[in-house]
Amino acid sequence: MTDPLALEPILGPRDRARPAFNDELPHDERFALFEAHVTGGGKVEATDWMPDEYRTAVLRFVEMHANSELMGVLPEREWLMRAPTLRRKLALTAKVQDEVGHAQLLYRVAEDLGKPREQMFDDLLDGKTKFHNVFHYPTVGWADVGMIAWLVDAAAIVAQQALRDSSYAPYARTMRKICWEESVHIMHGRDVVVTMATGSPRQRAAIQDALERWWGPLMQMHGPRSPRETDRDLHWRIKARTSEELRQEFLSIYVPRIRELGLVIPDPALAYDEAGGTWTYTEPDWEELRTVVTNHGPMSQARLALRRLARDETRWVRETILAGPRAA
Amino acid sequence: MTPANELEAWEVFRQEKDGDPMRHGGSVMAPDAELATHYAREMFGRRQESVRLWIVRRTDIVDLADQDLLQPPLDRSYKKPGGYLMRDKLAAAREVSGQSKPKARSSRGAPST
Repeated sequence: MTDPLALEPILGPRDRARPAFNDELPHDERFALFEAHVTGGGKVEATDWMPDEYRTAVLRFVEMHANSELMGVLPEREWLMRAPTLRRKLALTAKVQDEVGHAQLLYRVAEDLGKPREQMFDDLLDGKTKFHNVFHYPTVGWADVGMIAWLVDAAAIVAQQALRDSSYAPYARTMRKICWEESVHIMHGRDVVVTMATGSPRQRAAIQDALERWWGPLMQMHGPRSPRETDRDLHWRIKARTSEELRQEFLSIYVPRIRELGLVIPDPALAYDEAGGTWTYTEPDWEELRTVVTNHGPMSQARLALRRLARDETRWVRETILAGPRAA
Repeated sequence: MTPANELEAWEVFRQEKDGDPMRHGGSVMAPDAELATHYAREMFGRRQESVRLWIVRRTDIVDLADQDLLQPPLDRSYKKPGGYLMRDKLAAAREVSGQSKPKARSSRGAPST
């Protein structure tokens, strides 16, 4: 005889994997289900239904990220032919290749959200979309290459690690791959900086000078403080942390590492407040940030011009690919 | 005029080391398998992070996400190890037999606690 207990369900009913918002429902009901899913930590795939508000917000975020990867190689590429040793040249070349690869991966994520890649390239060149502030500045010496690879990438990775859990699953997966590669760039950059910091007086002076020029843009990079409640990207869980949280984490990890090298951070107000558990610092120049990201930075137009030139000069490749098989 | 090629999405799966499962890596846009292979190699194998790639035209993938088939709302707990909960019954059996609980075996690493 069967033990009647054996027929009793023991495991709870499993969550049904297909989110309810994918069903045909009146828009408001669907929207509410989607919002509850996402704000409750649920993931969204490219093929899922999503409200326009969400699609637009993810697209804007990913497109800006892709633009920054693409434009971010331009300051560094200036030093490919001037790298001090063959090994440094190989490492920098690999980094540039990686960053362009990240742009490719991210433009793929954005394309799947409905915006054609060519349109994204047009908008970037027309100034309709932006790229990160730090890539609007000149690189005046090899020390800048180390500063960018170490601290700019470090500030970026702090933000990117928080994106590995993004509600938009294709973006989150891409970020896992990107973070892995970025960690190599940081090591490369730190090695450049440490080498110069332990080198000749001129090298030490050059690295200190680079830190002084890059510190302002680094502090602006994550953006002004904004209240958690009104941040739409946080609401949709596209990102997980506020600008200020990211800046605080960056300072916690990197201030000690910068000081370890005997470098002086050009902010006399920078201090760790033991009681509050936070860093205090001179208010970053938000006017400069606004000026720079609207393409009025010192190198904005030159970088866009180079990007335009590269796009024009490679047009024949895209046209050849799209032209179809050659006539016999 | 020759017919224009259309770019289309190719999904890329990668094997990290021999014996590992193929895992989805991402996708590339290409007009044909040959160029898709070049892109896939650049994007997912440039750093020796893969020993094999599968490059599949997205439209060739058969997607089954019918939850009535995959997650039927019936109790299937008898198909899973967790569906068999014997703790109380075993305690009752030990009560009758007067035996104590056997020690966990350590054949596979540390004994489970």
